[in-house]
Amino acid sequence: MSFTVFALFAALVLVSAIWVVTLRNLFRAALSLGLALLGVAAIFLLLEAEFLAFVQILVYVGAILTLVIFAIMLTAKLQTAVDVPSRRQPVAAALACTALFAVLVAATWGLSWSPYPAGDAVNLSALGRELVETLVLPFEVISLVFVAAVVGAIAIAARR
Amino acid sequence: MSPLPLQGLVVLSHAVFCLGLYGMLTRRNAIGMLLAVELILNAAAMNFVVFGRLFSHVQGQAFALFIIALAACEAVVGLAIIIKLTRVAKTVYADDVNVLRG
Repeated sequence: MSFTVFALFAALVLVSAIWVVTLRNLFRAALSLGLALLGVAAIFLLLEAEFLAFVQILVYVGAILTLVIFAIMLTAKLQTAVDVPSRRQPVAAALACTALFAVLVAATWGLSWSPYPAGDAVNLSALGRELVETLVLPFEVISLVFVAAVVGAIAIAARR
Repeated sequence: MSPLPLQGLVVLSHAVFCLGLYGMLTRRNAIGMLLAVELILNAAAMNFVVFGRLFSHVQGQAFALFIIALAACEAVVGLAIIIKLTRVAKTVYADDVNVLRG
């Protein structure tokens, strides 16, 4: 049962990821990215990482995707309907990526994977405590990066 | 809930990573390249969650959270640069941006 659900969502992620990189229409590619991100959120849910699944939907699908679609619409005038040539070296890139995929799978295929213990999932309060105890420095650095990114984005994009 | 096949999860994240790399290499449009980077980051986050679950370790999820936060920063700054690019260079194609001092 669980495996069937996983296979379904894995197929969803794979197909929509292929759409993201191959569709000519950028708007459709962005929408397929949303589909892929929702699929990954579902896989997080299956891995009992509920909080992360909701963060994924809120931040990625809610914020980043909206921003990307905004940018696509703002730059729509500059995007020619038929851009020729739209790809650079697609065959070479496909070969290189397939080779990398083969190497990665070969590196991890032989390993023996023991199934993870059931009912031993990380709970949310442990995650929260970890973020303000052991990982407090990275956590604060991330907030600093956020401020820098927002200030930088406004400074770059603002009209002068 | 019965355990998921870890092998399948790892292969899935490899596949998503390689697809993102393919998009990064072939897209000419800068926004399209940004979409491909999001795929790559998501593959990494998925790996963190999988291994965090396998070892029942809380830091797997914590670092996946950091990846999502940094992806948001990256998207904000990247899109700001692209918006500026459309105004200054009148293009969204990464190939056409070949001057350092605009």
